[in-house]
This record gives sequence, structure tokens and C-alpha cells, in this order.
Amino acid sequence: MNLNIAILIILLMAALWATMTRSLLRAAIALALMSLVLTVIMFRLNSSLAAVFELSVCAGLIPVLFVSTISLTHPLTKEEVLQHMKDRIRRFWYLPFIIVAAGIALSLITVKLNIKLPPPEAVKSARAVLWNERPLYLAGQIIILLIGAFSVVILFKESGKDEH
Amino acid sequence: MLSLLITIPFFSILVFNMPFFGYLRRAITVWAYVLFCAQIALAIRLFSPVFLNDFISRGHLFNFNIALDNLSLIVILSSAIVLFVTLIISTYVIDSEKKRFNFVNLLLFAQSGLNGLALSRDMFSLYIFLEIVAITSYILIVFNKDIKALSAAFKYVILSTVASVLMVSSIALILLLSGDTKFSVIHTVISGQPTNFLIMFSVALFVCAAFIKAGVVPFHGWLPEVYSHSPAAVSVLFAGIISKALGIYTLMRVVNDVFGTNAKLNSALLFVGIVSIAVGALAALVQKDFKRMLGFSSISQIGYIILGLGCGSPLGFAGAAFHIFNHAIFKSLLFVNSAAIESRTRTTRMENLGGLSRVMPITGLTSVFGFVSAAGLPPLAGFWSKLLIVLALVVSGHLVYAILAIVLSALTLAYLLSMQRMVFFGKLNERFSGIKEADFGFSLSSIILAAIIIFTGLFYPFVLGKFILPLAGVFK
Repeated sequence: MNLNIAILIILLMAALWATMTRSLLRAAIALALMSLVLTVIMFRLNSSLAAVFELSVCAGLIPVLFVSTISLTHPLTKEEVLQHMKDRIRRFWYLPFIIVAAGIALSLITVKLNIKLPPPEAVKSARAVLWNERPLYLAGQIIILLIGAFSVVILFKESGKDEH
Repeated sequence: MLSLLITIPFFSILVFNMPFFGYLRRAITVWAYVLFCAQIALAIRLFSPVFLNDFISRGHLFNFNIALDNLSLIVILSSAIVLFVTLIISTYVIDSEKKRFNFVNLLLFAQSGLNGLALSRDMFSLYIFLEIVAITSYILIVFNKDIKALSAAFKYVILSTVASVLMVSSIALILLLSGDTKFSVIHTVISGQPTNFLIMFSVALFVCAAFIKAGVVPFHGWLPEVYSHSPAAVSVLFAGIISKALGIYTLMRVVNDVFGTNAKLNSALLFVGIVSIAVGALAALVQKDFKRMLGFSSISQIGYIILGLGCGSPLGFAGAAFHIFNHAIFKSLLFVNSAAIESRTRTTRMENLGGLSRVMPITGLTSVFGFVSAAGLPPLAGFWSKLLIVLALVVSGHLVYAILAIVLSALTLAYLLSMQRMVFFGKLNERFSGIKEADFGFSLSSIILAAIIIFTGLFYPFVLGKFILPLAGVFK
């Protein structure tokens, strides 16, 4: 079997695990696994810069944030989890059928795309790309990170004090 | 030089939040006033009657790909005015000093993001700055941690994330086709192959995303909730500039600079615009809550801007941009008045209010200017922008849309008149007989905004020559 297909199947399994599992903690771990597989795909597609970012941020940093947040919550009891699952099945029982139908429909329709792709770019170093060509992205991303930190302080720090 | 518009607010946040500089914190409000005033002055100064197209700036320290034209200036000017007014009000509605410090920080973040949005000439930077403003706005909505505001913000976050996903997918497709995210490069590639399915698909995705961000019908679910439940100062900021900059400015910028106007897109814009006007106005007619009604009124006014853009002519484009400015001013004024009323009466339900002009004369009087401008009655500012849009519709041959726009404008007058009658005229509710005029800050902001409306309306020939005709030069 083609290696690419095997990787895609692992990706799909990880994604399914992340969405279907009952425990939030396992869902976070499954998400990290999915990002890891995505990193492999990106490496195979020769975009090492994106892969490195995916590995460090999506597979590294974000699961840490998720796990630390989940550790602050208290888990549901088993009965509550079962009840929650039943509710979900009752509300969304038709979704798998829609997905399967959409999959069949998409495999039947073959869209002929008339794409003229530009020639691939020469490989450049990350520093050159980030600092010489994309400094505005970098500034924007830094501002976003700062807002994130700031909002956590504003929204959660005070409420923590209220509880104590 | 231009990059200072983005970097100064950002670095001021860093400086004021430094540890060991606690004594600086008190000065942040004054500094924010200075920044906003400086931005207003700079925007008016830079407005050039010569067609200043893409005045590219290349700094030495930051090699940002940014440029300035008159459409950017409209956003920079209106955002500075609205931020200034929001800051004045926030000092009255936020009591604790620490919370006020946080609020001013968020306003500076919003300033940095809005300026970046106005200046960036690259799809991905545009998206990033859009997200900066969006994230700041999520936090601003839940600033008071009120349960209703939380639920409104949740709705907004979900819809806004959907919009972001659509936008990123569109940018990714465009990147795939053109190999770059710079406006000029994409524009050349797109104009070379107008019938390519993927290009049309990515344009559709982007336009839908902008519609969600702007709260246009049928994507308007979040807008009235957010406007009516967010804190008073935040509603002013939201109604005045945030939803317009995120949705409408982005749409105008990208349609004008990247996608280029074509007949299909124009007819879609015209249709969505007129439906928005009609649905917004009809829904506003039946509202019982003051702020909620103003929210629906916003949906309707956004429709006019999209109608102007849909004309696909320089005149319509200028009218749409001018209406962004006018809408920022009169909607901020109406929201400032609603905040003033809320601060005194603790309610925004219209059936509980009435006759407030007698006890709050300044609020009552400035509100008349606001609603006359919103309804598009001469000689105030709103009339001229709506006139430009209707004229552009007639000139570009969309007579039916022009007639509909005028007829629906009468609906605007109807709901705003009924609001004015229920809130400010008629018999005074005895419960409120003892209240006084709102605090000085509210009156001051109302007077400033009303003065801008009157000035823009009465000195229209001057405004036309200095601001609006140069805007038409931006149209490509």
C-alpha cells in the first residue's frame, strides 16, 4: 500500500479518536497525535518550515495548554457522561449518514480543475522569509500572542481571586 | 513612518505593562487620549485632494509591506474618533481603576489592529490584523463577565471563527493559484483568468466571510445580541467601527484591490445589500429594546454601504466609503445616548422610558441630530452619503434598486421617529422625574459627534472636495 494513504488513514483515525472519545484529556492527546501526523505529511510535501511550526505549536504548545486547562476542571461522573453521550446521539444521529453520503457523492463527481500553478519557489532560509519578506505577519502574530496572554489575565486572574 | 501607526500603540502597551513601572499606569488614559487625537489630526492632514494612490512606505527598521490611500484614511480617521469617544465614556461607566487600565490597554490593541487592517496590502497580513481586532472585541464584549454578554460573545466567536475558516481557505486557494499573497500579484493573476472555477470559488468564500464579519443578512444572527448585551462603551466601539472595519472595509479593500469588480459579483452585492436594508429596517420597527433596535438599524445601514459598493463605479465606491464614516459617527452618537440613558435609568426597554428630553435636554437634542442623519434627511451628513449612493445606482443603471433604497429609507425614518417619540418625547415616566442630565463625559461626546454630523452636512461642498472626490480616485 502507498505510504501516503497509510499516513492519511492514521490522520483520519487520530481525528476520529479526538472527536469521538469521551475523555477531554484523551481528546487533547489525540489532537496532538493528529498534528504530529500532519507534520509528517508537511515534511513529505517539502514544506519543512510549516512542518516545524506545526510540530512546535500545534503538537507541542497547544496540547500543553489544553492539558493544563483540563487539569483545572473537575470531571463529570460516569452517569453524567453516559447521559451526555445519549443526548448527543439523539441529537446528531444523522451526521454519520450525511458524511458517508457526502463521501460517496464526492467520489462520484470528478471536478476538472483548470489550475495553472505558479512555479515552485526556491527554498529560502526561515530567517530570510520571516524577517525580510514577512515582517508584518510576524508583528501581527506577536500582537495576537500578547492579546491572548492579556485576555487570560483579564478574564481569569480576577475570578480566581473571587473564589479564594 | 506609516508603521508607527501600528507600532506606537503596541509599544505603549508594552511600556505601560512593564513591571516596576506601576506609577506610569495612571498616565495610560492621558496617553491614549494623546494617541487618538494625534491620529485624528494626522488622518485629516494626510487626506490628499490629489489622488494619492498607494503611498508606499518603506521604513528602515521595519520592512512592512504597507501603504496608505484615502480609503485607509477613512478607516483610520473614523476609528480614531470612535476610540476617542469610547475612551471618554469608559471613564464614566468603568468604576475600578484597575479595570479601566485593562480597558484602555484593549483599546490600544484595537487601535493597533485597526490601523494594521487599514494599511496592510497583503492578504495574510490583512487576515492577521482582522483577527487582532476580532480577538480584542471578544474580550471587550465579556469585559464585565455578564452572563448575557458571555452568551452573545459565544455566538459571535462561533460565527466569527466560521468566517475566519472561510477566509483562510480562500487565502490558501489564492496562494495556491498565484504563489503570493500580495494584492498586486494576486490582482494580475486573477484578472488573467476570470472564468477559473477555483478563483470564483475563493472569491465567493472570501465575500461570505466578510458578510459574516459585517453581520449582513442572512449572516446577522450575532449582531443584535452583541450590540445589546455588551457593556455600554463597547457597544459604541462595536457599532461605530469594529464591525464596519472587519466586514465592510475588508470587503471594499479586497474587491477593489484584488478581485476587481465584475457583473456577477456586483449583482450579488446589490441583492444582499437591498435584502439587508429591508430585513434590518423591518426588524428594527418591532424592537422593544433601544440598543437592540440600534443593532438592527446597523444591519440596515450596512446594506446601504454594500449597495454603494455593488454599483461598481467610482461614485458608488466614494459614497460607500463616505457612508462608513457617517455611519461610524451617527451610530456612535446614538449608542452614546443610549449609554447615557442606561447610566441614568438603568433600563433600555423603550416602553419604560418616555419624555426624557425634559430631564436630559442635551441627550435628547443630540439624539435628534443622530436620527435625522441616520434616516438620511437633508441637510445632515447621512443625507449626502445616501444621496451619493442613490445617484451612483441611477447612473449605473440600477433604477429599481435606487427606488427601493429610497423607499426603504422611509422605513428607517419610521423606526427612528418611533424610537425618538417613545424615549425622548411624550409624557415623562414618574419614576424618572428626579433624574438629571447624564454625566459631563456623555454630553461632551454627544456634542462632539453631533458637531461632526452638522459640520459634514452643512459644509458639504468643502467635504466633497477634500474627502469624497479623492476617495473616488482609489477605485480601480
